[in-house]
Amino acid sequence: MAKPAFKPGTAVRVRDLPVKGHMRTPGYIRGRRGRIEVLQGFFPNPEQLAYGAKGLPPVPLYLVRFPQSEIWPGYGSTGDSLALDIFEHWLEPAET
Amino acid sequence: MTHDHHHDDDAHGHVHPGKGDHPTHAWERREAAIRSLLIEKGLVTAEEIRRKIEEWEQKTPADGARIVARAWSDPAYEARLLADANAAALELGIDSSAVKLVALKNTPRLHHLVVCTLCSCYPRTVLGLPPAWYKAKAYRSRAVSEPRRVLAEFGTVLPPEVELRVVDSTADCRYLVLPLRPAGSESLDEAALATLVTRDSMIGVALATAPA
Repeated sequence: MAKPAFKPGTAVRVRDLPVKGHMRTPGYIRGRRGRIEVLQGFFPNPEQLAYGAKGLPPVPLYLVRFPQSEIWPGYGSTGDSLALDIFEHWLEPAET
Repeated sequence: MTHDHHHDDDAHGHVHPGKGDHPTHAWERREAAIRSLLIEKGLVTAEEIRRKIEEWEQKTPADGARIVARAWSDPAYEARLLADANAAALELGIDSSAVKLVALKNTPRLHHLVVCTLCSCYPRTVLGLPPAWYKAKAYRSRAVSEPRRVLAEFGTVLPPEVELRVVDSTADCRYLVLPLRPAGSESLDEAALATLVTRDSMIGVALATAPA
């Protein structure tokens, strides 16, 4: 199993990969910048698992937290946040 | 539209909107087609499918409520729950091993709200099947984009100084909210505490019930 690329607190951006079909990265979060909250573990890649393959080796899955104001222009409450689980290949380091 | 003749459910094999049910959606027809193929090919039996549905429909939020009540009563258990919710559930005899379970602790400054924007991922092993609104597009889209308004529609108004953190269960983890223990519940034992823990408080659209 590969070592996870990101540590908690690291600034990351969600990539907009041209994946067709089944994947677990919602459109609204692509291109948004957040921080790694925690590594949830290693899980088979759902993009392959959905089509009968084993999705191995397992991919690191992180809970990533974003300020709501980073996602929705005009979101009112500045302290609010949104977190979701994102597979490592959808993340790239972001400038801070 | 009324019918005075009798129909066995679906036995006649055509769409029948007048039956009193909603019209059959294309997805339901696809599901029915895949199901009969799986049965025809001997991969599953109708009895196995029926039993699985029965099993899931018999699970209730009572298991989740027991977990929360224990966490409220025992700080060491709460710490174990936050570190490994599957193991903590198993301590109470609750098997949640089908999927990774994660507990989200509410505090006076932080409130969690759970949604699945992509489908209807839900901590079924501890809460049972999700309510219909949880699977509705309106909840799934608005819970991420205007969560405070959604909460207000459920009767939950958060003070502005409380951080509202929406957790979108997009992948392999299922999230259980550990609600704030209500004021006035200090003298209650675990069983009495569990009665204050509603399904909605473990999704995060409501607070735990205040003791009577």
